[in-house]
Amino acid sequence: MFPKPIEKSTRSTQLTYQALLPFALLLWLAPLIAVALFAIRPAVDFTTGNYWGMPSELQFFENFGQVLNSAMPRYIMNSFLITIPTVLGAVSLSAMAGFALGIYKFKSNLFLFFMFIAGNFVPFQILMIPVRDLTLDLGLYDTKTGLILFHIAFQTGFCTLFMRNFIKALPFELIEAARVEGIREWQIFFYIVLPLMKPALAALSVLIFTFIWNDYFWAIVLTQGENAQPVTAGITSFNAQFRAMYHLMSAGSIVAALPPVAMFFLMQKHFIAGLTLGAVK
Amino acid sequence: MTNADRMHSAPLQKGWYARNEISVTPWLFLIPAMLMFALYVIWPISQSFYTSLFEWDGLSEAEYIGLANYEKLLTRDRAFNISIWNNAKWLVFYLLAIPGGLFIALFLNQTVPGIRLYKSLFFFPFVISQIVVGLVFTWFYDPTFGLFNGIIGIFGFDPVNVLGDPKLATYGIIIAGLWPQTAYCMILYLTGLNAVDPEQIEAARLDGAKGLKMLWYVILPQLRPATFIAFVVTVIGALRSFDLISIMTNGGPFGSTRVLSFYMFEKSLSEYGFKMGYGAAIAVILFLIMLLFIGYFLFRMYQDEKAGH
Repeated sequence: MFPKPIEKSTRSTQLTYQALLPFALLLWLAPLIAVALFAIRPAVDFTTGNYWGMPSELQFFENFGQVLNSAMPRYIMNSFLITIPTVLGAVSLSAMAGFALGIYKFKSNLFLFFMFIAGNFVPFQILMIPVRDLTLDLGLYDTKTGLILFHIAFQTGFCTLFMRNFIKALPFELIEAARVEGIREWQIFFYIVLPLMKPALAALSVLIFTFIWNDYFWAIVLTQGENAQPVTAGITSFNAQFRAMYHLMSAGSIVAALPPVAMFFLMQKHFIAGLTLGAVK
Repeated sequence: MTNADRMHSAPLQKGWYARNEISVTPWLFLIPAMLMFALYVIWPISQSFYTSLFEWDGLSEAEYIGLANYEKLLTRDRAFNISIWNNAKWLVFYLLAIPGGLFIALFLNQTVPGIRLYKSLFFFPFVISQIVVGLVFTWFYDPTFGLFNGIIGIFGFDPVNVLGDPKLATYGIIIAGLWPQTAYCMILYLTGLNAVDPEQIEAARLDGAKGLKMLWYVILPQLRPATFIAFVVTVIGALRSFDLISIMTNGGPFGSTRVLSFYMFEKSLSEYGFKMGYGAAIAVILFLIMLLFIGYFLFRMYQDEKAGH
């Protein structure tokens, strides 16, 4: 176990550990591997009850081809069109708010900061009815814009917490030096703070991308049909369409989960930096 | 020249903004975020409180009924009792993600070839949406072809329809939820373990500490920040549970897997008619429960802020 580095243990312990790793991983991901195996089977395997034996035929392309011929690409597109503007909006709003709260000392600073944090923790249900009414009143029900506006507003809470702590940790002498140079306050944000915030911006963007992509609750509260629904909500109609066709439902789930997974593997460092903010002092 | 000097020496002909730069700029930068947050988060909270005092179907005129919704909830609603009881189960069992995550983190915290990939793959479940996790586990539990029954079959047990059994269904869903949540706690602890001071461990080892003693007295105290965050996100996650329930059982069988968040949604926006006022009252109760935890988190953060500066 941890405190003892494995290099210092006996050769046999090392080998056991290395053999245990893939086994543990297989166990951990078993439910997922099962789905991946379903997704390449032909339909006939499910009618003959051949769930776990050798697939009678590999149907990778047929199954995924059928997913791409359904409404799925539409839902995926919606997800992108909702997620990307939300990321941009929430990250910019919170970079600004974080700058204000991290750099300036004024009376209500801490109060406002705590307000953002508290808001980020509230249960969605306390917002549901009023936000749905507001969206209806604005004529934005069942539109991507309606969903985006809400997501931006809500994510601003978490993002501001993140940004403010990051900015607070920057060396304050930089700001003072800039002021002595006679640089304008708003210029400090654009020319000094923003360039230093690149790692935070990257981390937060990746994280928010995943959060928003995976949102289901607001998708079903604020949207209804193919025009606006993201893939998390769309997959339920997809599954209703292909009821009991497990090979297609499995393939559909894999397609729906893919973008955030790809994002995670490509941007792993940033993702983990974002997630673990505050876990280390 | 300090700031104050510069401000005093600023010639009067400079504009209003130039003279008040330091006090005005933060507000200019805060206003967009504050407006959005007030409109979509702060104001709706108060509106929900207000709505909970009415009987309202979302369309026709709302009728003021005082605290009648709460009275009915707390005294005559069996579904509400089941929901709140299930919330308690979620809270307690979801916390298993913390020791679980710690265990996996300790297991993976070694340097062998390929360990980075192992860490990412163990973290994988967290990146997938809960909807997909829900589907995956629904099939995993399926009584006819699920892997779960296949596995217990090897040990000679009869097939169990986990999600169809009112006694087991909630636990089945919590286990599905624990999967990504444990991965989340694991990553928090892995990062925390990176920051553990090797000298302290060496010193403790010289003093003869090892195994569980080492973990409890030397490692865990250094992991406190990670434990705190893991606790926060797990509690929030437990009280927010909705997606999995909605996908895996839709509250059933016989309403046995409802939690407050799900029950509220069902009452307000289901095919049985819109009971907005009643839904709002459920939401308020859930909010008040959450507020206990939020208050605690904010208190802890406030102490940190004061200690830090």
